[in-house]
Amino acid sequence: MALLEVKNLHVEIDGKEILKGLDLSVDSGEVHAIMGPNGSGKSTLAYLLAGKDDYEPTKGEVRFDGKNLFEMEPDERAAAGLFIAFQYPLEIPGVATMTFLRTALNAQRKRRGEPELSTPEFLKRVRDTARNLAIDPEMLRRGVNVGFSGGEKKRNEVLQMALLQPRLAILDETDSGLDIDALKIAADGVNRLRGPDRAFVVITHYQRLLNYIVPDVVHVLSAGRIVRTGGKELAMELEARGYAQYQEEFAA
Amino acid sequence: MKTAAEAALAQTFSQARDRLPGSGAIAAQREAAFDVFAKAGLPHRRVEEWKYTDLRALMREAKPLAAPPDAAAKARAKTAAAMLGDLEARRLVFVDGVFVPELSDIAKIEAGLRVGSLADALCAGDSALTAHLGKLAPTGDVAVALNTALMGDGAVIYAAPGATIERPLHLVFVSSEKPVATFTRSVMVVEPGARVMLIESYEGPAGSDYQVNAAIELFVGDGAHVDYVKTIGEGAEAMHVSTLAAAIGAKARFNSFTFTAGGAVVRNQLYLRFDGEDTVAGIRGATLVRGRQHADTTLMATHIARGCQSREMFKAVLDDEAHSVFQGRIVVRQGAQKTDAKMMTQALLLSERAEADNKPELEIFADDVQCGHGATAGALDDELKFYLMARGIPAAEAESLLIQAFLGEAIEGIEDAGLREALIESVAAWLKARGQKPV
Ligand SMILES: Nc1ncnc2c1ncn2[C@@H]1O[C@H](COP(=O)(O)OP(=O)(O)OP(=O)(O)O)[C@@H](O)[C@H]1O
Ligand SMILES: [Mg+2]
Repeated sequence: MALLEVKNLHVEIDGKEILKGLDLSVDSGEVHAIMGPNGSGKSTLAYLLAGKDDYEPTKGEVRFDGKNLFEMEPDERAAAGLFIAFQYPLEIPGVATMTFLRTALNAQRKRRGEPELSTPEFLKRVRDTARNLAIDPEMLRRGVNVGFSGGEKKRNEVLQMALLQPRLAILDETDSGLDIDALKIAADGVNRLRGPDRAFVVITHYQRLLNYIVPDVVHVLSAGRIVRTGGKELAMELEARGYAQYQEEFAA
Repeated sequence: MKTAAEAALAQTFSQARDRLPGSGAIAAQREAAFDVFAKAGLPHRRVEEWKYTDLRALMREAKPLAAPPDAAAKARAKTAAAMLGDLEARRLVFVDGVFVPELSDIAKIEAGLRVGSLADALCAGDSALTAHLGKLAPTGDVAVALNTALMGDGAVIYAAPGATIERPLHLVFVSSEKPVATFTRSVMVVEPGARVMLIESYEGPAGSDYQVNAAIELFVGDGAHVDYVKTIGEGAEAMHVSTLAAAIGAKARFNSFTFTAGGAVVRNQLYLRFDGEDTVAGIRGATLVRGRQHADTTLMATHIARGCQSREMFKAVLDDEAHSVFQGRIVVRQGAQKTDAKMMTQALLLSERAEADNKPELEIFADDVQCGHGATAGALDDELKFYLMARGIPAAEAESLLIQAFLGEAIEGIEDAGLREALIESVAAWLKARGQKPV
């Protein structure tokens, strides 16, 4: 059984159907890319998988590691190894980044029956990870994402992913807002984590990212459905030709 | 029409008037104060200042005056105020409103400091006390009037000019299991240039509906530096009314923080007067209430002298059906030009049944001032909570982090690191208990 199994998923927001029968299957060890026009439902899929409240699945099922995702709270999903790097990371004034990272990491470990990390162990991990991602430790003294630039927020998402070491990471446009160097650094961060026990779903608009994180499978998501699936060459084709053919086909 | 509580208070006074400490001028002061109560009765909702805290309705009975504590009550008081233990303060312990020297740190009092019991000072007719007692407490306030009429004991503290009192002073007020009423009155005089930190803490058992009426008059001299903290951690059924009346001199620094977490009905009154120029003051507080608790903070800050800066910030966190009130009035008198006063009050409602009433007011009679106020009330941000949960933090813990963040701004205003830590710990304890309550 695949690590993530999405079958005929229909999702409504405020009574409006956004995902309209989406199928997706991701195996451990794989990297999938999802591309698609603005408003097609990519972030909706990410939020739904994370367990956000207003995203109402009306039909279909989602299994993560064989378990019904709809029966799990967002924190349980995270502890089970699901991570979403959000397209728009939030600022949390008054919650120190270090407190946040530590609480998250230890809460996950506790739920999995692992011992909490000691302070020195934790600090070392954060420092090493931050160094790998060229994140200034000064930034971690602030409130979560408070006063961060758009690109810094994205890097902070990658930092969280690297610390939490999820089994499936969904990166929702993590590349948008990153400068050329930061893009490489973030991609390296993902590539370092790649391995037979982990999978990635990379949502992006730009083929450039996929030069660094080379996907095994590329999907086109349009109007709430996966309308085409192919190899990495599909990304090239989209870059050249755009989405016009898919939008016409599924405009109704 | 008198209520049962009003009748009982009258009876209490008539029975106790002859054996309460102090005679002559003190006895006359008691009589005059009692008259204020006798004429007005308990304050009720048609009295503007008590609109949200109808004491006449809330106080169904008046408890008898407390008797001196027995050995068992004293023994239990030994572990009081554990949360503030790390401060290594000089503790003056009061059990059921009576000073207990054997539980207090009254040995090796440093130079420049005098501490004693109000009852002793009243009995001795101490002229230093009579020069200050009743000089700041507003005579028209019925809660204060009852306190003046029935005051039994309290602390009298004096810091000499220029003295730096290194060790914080901690007035520990503990109520025993007995459902009784206590009336404590304290007076602290901080002479010019002196530096003092004063903590008052109140606590008692959960199962007793005791009543506490406490007041303190605080004189802050020119160039003095005073940190003042009050923690109200009364038992769940207790009624607590307390008043701080302070007059602050020129070029002084005054920081106060009042923390309310316990008690069924709490009224926390602050009367502050800026008498001297160029003083800097931070007046802050946090209220954490749940169940059916009712907690009222009423602040009156009067700028008389020019050039003072005051920052008022009060935050309330409410769960269940709790009710919080913040009434804050900043008055800037005609002569108080260049006053810089900013007041902010914010309530965080964790339940739809909780209610927060915020009433900030400015009354400005000077034309060259910078004053402002703001008030907000709202629920926890679900988006932020989701973000935290999406990283594996369980709902209750996510809420705790956000509540701590909400309170942070007020608590970070506390200058002393040890006190700040103690209050952060108190908040954590409240949050922990919240997480454990049966749903
Ligand atoms: N809270 C909401 N209420 C109503 N409609 C919403 C809400 N959130 C998203 N939508 C709608 O759902 C559709 C899909 O949005 P989604 O954010 O998933 O698109 P996307 O594919 O991620 O787009 P982009 O490439 O611009 O990030 C859009 O039409 C959007 O307007
Ligand atoms: Mg999107």
